[in-house]
Amino acid sequence: MKWLVWTGSKKVSTIALLVALLLATVGARAELVIEITQGVDNPTAIAVVPFAWHGAGSVPEDIAAVVDSDLTRSGQFAPVDRSDMLGLPSTEKEVFYRDWRAIQSEYLLIGRVSVTDQMRIEYELFDVLRQTRVYSGVELGPVNEARMLGHRVSDKIYQQLTGIRGAFATRLLYVAVTRVPGGKDYFRLTLADSDGARPIVLLESREPVLAPTWSPDGREIAYVSFETSRPAIFRQNLQTGAREQLTNFRGLNSSPSWSPDGKTMAMVLSKDGSPDIYLMDLVSKKLTRITRHYAIDTEPAWMPDGKSLLFTSDRGGRPQIYRYTLASGQTDRLTYEGSYNARARVAQDGRNVVMVHQINGRFHIALLDLVTNRLQVLTSTELDESPSIAPNGSMLLYATKYGGRGILAAVSVDGGVKFRLPARDGDVREPAWSPYMSR
Amino acid sequence: MKHLPVAGKALTLLFAAIFLVACSSTDTKEAEEAAAAAAAAATAAQAAEQAAAAEAAAEVTRLQDAVAAVGNVFYFEFDSSALTPAAAASLDAHIALLKTNDRSVRLEGHTDERGTRDYNMALGERRANAVRDYMAASGIANYRVESVSYGEEQPVAYGSGESNWSQNRRVELK
Repeated sequence: MKWLVWTGSKKVSTIALLVALLLATVGARAELVIEITQGVDNPTAIAVVPFAWHGAGSVPEDIAAVVDSDLTRSGQFAPVDRSDMLGLPSTEKEVFYRDWRAIQSEYLLIGRVSVTDQMRIEYELFDVLRQTRVYSGVELGPVNEARMLGHRVSDKIYQQLTGIRGAFATRLLYVAVTRVPGGKDYFRLTLADSDGARPIVLLESREPVLAPTWSPDGREIAYVSFETSRPAIFRQNLQTGAREQLTNFRGLNSSPSWSPDGKTMAMVLSKDGSPDIYLMDLVSKKLTRITRHYAIDTEPAWMPDGKSLLFTSDRGGRPQIYRYTLASGQTDRLTYEGSYNARARVAQDGRNVVMVHQINGRFHIALLDLVTNRLQVLTSTELDESPSIAPNGSMLLYATKYGGRGILAAVSVDGGVKFRLPARDGDVREPAWSPYMSR
Repeated sequence: MKHLPVAGKALTLLFAAIFLVACSSTDTKEAEEAAAAAAAAATAAQAAEQAAAAEAAAEVTRLQDAVAAVGNVFYFEFDSSALTPAAAASLDAHIALLKTNDRSVRLEGHTDERGTRDYNMALGERRANAVRDYMAASGIANYRVESVSYGEEQPVAYGSGESNWSQNRRVELK
């Protein structure tokens, strides 16, 4: 078996240099813009008052604006316009409930921001109708992570009001592409906050980069790069930048997928003839072939318990989703509705499976409930692909085309909330929503 | 008869000399003729060789022209890796040329944008391998051929719709 460790090699330093240059020059290019297209019918009204700044100079980040935008994007909240606010309280003493009842705000969030060696955000949530404080919290962290601290405030408020853990303090991987007609496109593997802010280019290449995916602890990523003129699977540590080429086989090297325990990488190789699913032990690099079929077997996705994997196969003539159970070695077909079901991703509950589903020649994102076996089509655009579910299972991101450009879009798992995230410039594709980030 | 032996000697010498001269002149003539014949044969062979080489070169040029005429891109139907008759005919031109040399080739398989990226990666390989297998059946050894799939990652035509898609479902021989 061939694999290379590139840490410290010339190639790594070249890429690191490239990344440093890109951070300075093209960061803004890959930046996403949010356009909310559909929310719930009766969103909860909440007033997010600008947080008071207790520090020298101007406030490093408008934390309330970050929270306001997060709650708006969830589609379940209708934040009050700042210009409608009759006062700007920052402590409980300054809160006059009648001011908020008057503008029909059901909830009120206030806060205070200060910086010593770290940024400190104190915040309080009030129920306007019941006239009580329902939650208070503190977030601490480095000043350059101010936006992430704001997202953590959003997570807590979201959980308090919906009962579901928030997934705002997470990150996205995606591939941004600048077209060069008649030449080679630019591919930029990009990392951003869950709202598309603070994009960082992790890898730029004139050869295709695709299939980005996260390690279960959110510290590492894996992807396929053609930089060697052939496809190869790489893993990369986000903290140290260390990069390792995991495969260099003849034929396909595609679809990396980390096992939930982080020890194994499922992947697709065609070195033995047809595309099959293999498991690589990430320590020994030993490979185990788990499918043996002359048809296409691809797009492995682990079930959250790590006991089985879903994959796409056209062994029945057309691509459909199958499940392979590791203990028994048994393969079962899961999808029967429609002539094209592919690239499954499983929610953390192990129940909701999202996939690409074709109807009347159009490709949509559909959700299959493994308990009821009900398939629900969630999107109405026509070249939808690459679904990726938020770690809390509430929303999913996918790639689609809008106005002739590749954009990212999001939809809630009940189909009720939708928003688009086009790039300011160029095409974006293959979103991969991170797991909850370990601190 | 003292003079006789002398005269006899002289005569003997004379005859011998005449004989030798005659002999040597015969040898030279034969050698010259042989050399001329050999040279003529060599020239003829060389001419034949040159003619053959010229013919072979002309044949290679003809095959190269045939390859240039058909191009190096073979197109496929939607969701299919079967060679179309047009693609097979184009490929035959390449195979004929490849039989005159020992060049290695790279077959790059591509798909249109419909369907998922990783499934298309596999479909692109299936197309490249269909070309490889057709070449193998025509006597081009597999070790000379490498299949690399790019899936839908490197379209020729960026737009949607069949007029663009049909240009992107292809195998490029490089």
